[in-house]
Amino acid sequence: MASYSTNEFRGGLKIMIDGDPCAIIENEFVKPGKGQAFNRVRIRNLKTGRVLDKTFKSGETVEAADVIDIEMQYLYSDGEFWHFMDPQTYEQQAADANAVGDAYQWLKAQDNCQVTLYNGSPIGVTPPNFVELEITETDPGLKGDTAQGGTKPATLETGAVVKVPLFLEIGELVKVDTRSGEYMSRVKK
Amino acid sequence: MSWQPRASLTVIRERARVYRQIRAFFNTRGFLEVDTPLLMPTTSTEVNIASIEVTHGLRPLYLQTSPEYAMKRLLAAGCGSIFQICHAFRQGESGRLHNIEFSLLEWYRVGYDYHRLMQEIELLITTLSLHRCSFSYVSYRQLFARSMQLDIDRVSVGELRRRCADAVPGADCVELDRDQCLDLLLAAVIAPSMQDYLFVYDYPLSQAALARANPNDSSVAERFELFHNGIELANGFSELTDAVQQRARFEKDIQARRERGLPELDIDERLLGALESGIEDCAGVALGLDRLLMVLLGLDSIEEALTFRD
Repeated sequence: MASYSTNEFRGGLKIMIDGDPCAIIENEFVKPGKGQAFNRVRIRNLKTGRVLDKTFKSGETVEAADVIDIEMQYLYSDGEFWHFMDPQTYEQQAADANAVGDAYQWLKAQDNCQVTLYNGSPIGVTPPNFVELEITETDPGLKGDTAQGGTKPATLETGAVVKVPLFLEIGELVKVDTRSGEYMSRVKK
Repeated sequence: MSWQPRASLTVIRERARVYRQIRAFFNTRGFLEVDTPLLMPTTSTEVNIASIEVTHGLRPLYLQTSPEYAMKRLLAAGCGSIFQICHAFRQGESGRLHNIEFSLLEWYRVGYDYHRLMQEIELLITTLSLHRCSFSYVSYRQLFARSMQLDIDRVSVGELRRRCADAVPGADCVELDRDQCLDLLLAAVIAPSMQDYLFVYDYPLSQAALARANPNDSSVAERFELFHNGIELANGFSELTDAVQQRARFEKDIQARRERGLPELDIDERLLGALESGIEDCAGVALGLDRLLMVLLGLDSIEEALTFRD
């Protein structure tokens, strides 16, 4: 099994901690000049999403996690699994609700997502930073009310609910930032 | 790929200003500026310092981790008080406050002990600083007592490990020895709460390095470190001048290196030869110049002080 020395620690590196695949978020090297060196790292458990701190003696080695991120096209959901396809190899992967997490509300067929595979199986799905989705439900728009700052909730085709300006109508297309869940702009069809 | 220097022009000019003032400070105080090789056939045997080995011909050469051994040979040769501005190299040290290659100011003051030397450092930094500086002093023992309510003379290793595990989340402390626990608490817990310039002195004898034991308290060494807002700037000693004790410390280092599976290193017999021939009582200190620039200019990381970091 491959392993990494603390010297190789950097943001994004995937390592095994307590039997789970984790990604390093931050790595801090601390060392009293004549004393023992330590690496203090903040890591995210890729299965649970939990963030935790770890301290290693510098020079220790940690098992590498067999984790890769690949760009895949979202196909459909059968209610239990969300299905993705590698556009290069046409290979398909089925991700369960744990792996998809909160990403489900942004998944639209044909959109490209980043799927995180651990030992070949999906453990995480990251939607595109921006998605364009149709409004399927919202209160009627107020004509001419384009300048004022008011907002109302709107349900989008994927089920996500976002706050949109008052003038938007059912059937219109909006651009949303999936990281914050915020409405960005109206999209002309 | 960017060809530009890492440091801003302001930092590059400030470095020149600081070097000019350092040289003026020592020249007017009767020091001799010296120059010693960066590449030598022996290197520091300390367990927590790793040297970069350079392959050349049949014998290994090492990029020096500090000019200490060579400068002590100059002291033995009768140079009197000496100073040097040079680069030093430490394998594997890289981070916000570390770079494998860094700049050092090292000086040895004949006839001084560590307390007088701390005062000289205070004067130097006050001279170099653009702002008013405030200095305070605390012994290593007092520091742990007041910051962590720890009596380091009495506390057991087991209790130290428990304190580490409580204070440093996610630290696997089972395998840490006494000094490693103290190092972790100092670096991760105590240093971040330090204010202004702080001298910490009288380190445990187990962390003496090349300092002599305190004749009034044999459990501590006449060693100090200077911190600024928790950033370690300088390390100094009343120098150990006894060749027999020095050889014993080297042998202990070499034993410890073997136990930890670290690279085997030869004892620097030339340094021991110099100590045997006799050097005057003196105190010496190494001050990290990149970090000093960070502190003087309010930079966030050592990188901003480095001229290049390609």
